[in-house]
Amino acid sequence: MNLSGRFVRVWQRNLIVYRQTWKISFLPPLLEPLLYLAAFGVGLSGMVGNLQYRGEEISYVEYLAPSLIAINIMNSAFFENTYSSFVRMYYQKMFDGMMATPLTVEEIIAGEIAWGATKSVIGTAIMMVVISLFGLLRYPETLLILPVSVLAGLAFGSLGMFFTGIVRNIDLFNLPIFLFITPMFLFGGTFFPIDALPSWAQTVALAFPLTHLVNVVRDAGLGRIGPDFWWGLAYLSIFVVFFFPVSVRRMRQRLIK
Amino acid sequence: MTNLQPARKAVVEAGDLRKNFGKTAAVAGISFSVLPGECFGILGPNGAGKTTTVRMIYGFSPPSAGTMRVFGLDIAREGRQIRSRIGVCQQENNLDPELSVRQNLEVFARYFGLPARVAGDKATKLLTFMSLDHRGDAKPMELSGGLMRRLMVARALINDPALLILDEPTTGLDPQSRHQVWSRLEELKHRGMTLLLTTHYMDEAARLCDRLIILDHGKILVQGTPAELIRRHVGLDVIEVAEPSSELLRFVQSSGLQHENLGHRLVIYSRERNSLYHEIGERYCREGCTLRTATLEDVFLKLTGRELRD
Repeated sequence: MNLSGRFVRVWQRNLIVYRQTWKISFLPPLLEPLLYLAAFGVGLSGMVGNLQYRGEEISYVEYLAPSLIAINIMNSAFFENTYSSFVRMYYQKMFDGMMATPLTVEEIIAGEIAWGATKSVIGTAIMMVVISLFGLLRYPETLLILPVSVLAGLAFGSLGMFFTGIVRNIDLFNLPIFLFITPMFLFGGTFFPIDALPSWAQTVALAFPLTHLVNVVRDAGLGRIGPDFWWGLAYLSIFVVFFFPVSVRRMRQRLIK
Repeated sequence: MTNLQPARKAVVEAGDLRKNFGKTAAVAGISFSVLPGECFGILGPNGAGKTTTVRMIYGFSPPSAGTMRVFGLDIAREGRQIRSRIGVCQQENNLDPELSVRQNLEVFARYFGLPARVAGDKATKLLTFMSLDHRGDAKPMELSGGLMRRLMVARALINDPALLILDEPTTGLDPQSRHQVWSRLEELKHRGMTLLLTTHYMDEAARLCDRLIILDHGKILVQGTPAELIRRHVGLDVIEVAEPSSELLRFVQSSGLQHENLGHRLVIYSRERNSLYHEIGERYCREGCTLRTATLEDVFLKLTGRELRD
């Protein structure tokens, strides 16, 4: 793997573009948690009532709030390194230009995935502020979510980049979204604990990265760091170590003809 | 290919270079060398293998077989060093649409590892050099085709390359833009930069190239200087006759003149000045008969044929 610190230049290019439109890019992570908390907190919470989590009774909104952060981490990196990276690669031919410079394919892809992770971190920071205003996060443990969002951003970014390396056209991203992202979003311990699922479905849910990320973020957000927190970190680390080189290899095959 | 033995250390040296895509051979064993300070042309119809050849130089397309060295470095192992010393103006404009014209240059300079301040200075100089300084804040999409192409050339110069690769630099440009690009390229050549140019415009090749090869179906048909190739393959002059009479066709055949019969048009390659033209003009056609100097285009069409390629 021919990877030097020069990948930062690719990351920096995306930052320059982001800074031109940051006022608009800031809005979704600012407004999304408000909408969800309003819908679920005001609407659903009264019907669901409180629930038991790690032997403690918490409100449904408290249960939900960390999930929103975890989902945002997944979506920010995954969508950045699928649709946005694909547009840069396929429509804007930007990687072709970069490949005629001393940058290597490894550095271009690493810069893109690092940028995807950066989008996750930015979204996490904004959402943490918003959700904290409702007193739903406990400090200082919540601050651990920031470094976690880097790791998980790399994980979901690498996964997205893998699909960018294999899809024939941009519409085909619907497939991994329908098969992986949406099921994770609904069943990954986000809106209800996976204990409510039949046991085979629990096993499937445990194979998904979002389930582990939700555990990690919820443990930190509720200030109750347990074994699931460490298992989750281990899972996400292994995921990155596996999927980053795989996505680089796929992109290499795609770019070098 | 003995006439092209490099006297100086070659900038690019290709030996029996091949590239296959599946079963088709895009480049089918070519050898050439580009010498320091010259403008070397790779000519050929669409699909001849021009772009594939230059892409191998910067690692976009690794060769299937054969050798290629750039600055004496191996393209497979020392790609990064090679790319840091070359500038590439690709065939397709791949400017960054989300950055301004000036930012396109500055950000690209950073890919080469230039510090921010140097990048800014370089951008300013190149904007002036390519007459783009009035459009520095525009986005590439707002530029005309000619301006975009000039920005592509400016970007390729950001690292002061020792070798500038231009893949069809003026395709689709209006005459003004073409001449502007040409005069800039001539200036770079005067400064001692080595240029490698692919084109299918013969006037462009004749004006800029010191030496060239004509490729077809991945193979080199001929190589030499433009003047040499014209002399060797066509001669001095070309006589074109519209609607040639059957007497003229008989005359041409019986006197063994090199010619091409295109039906409504007869092209005669002449090695003598004037006398033949006068003879034909007086005896066989009163009008529709023109005499012109032989060009590289005649060489090209004679060697690669006239049927359409794509």
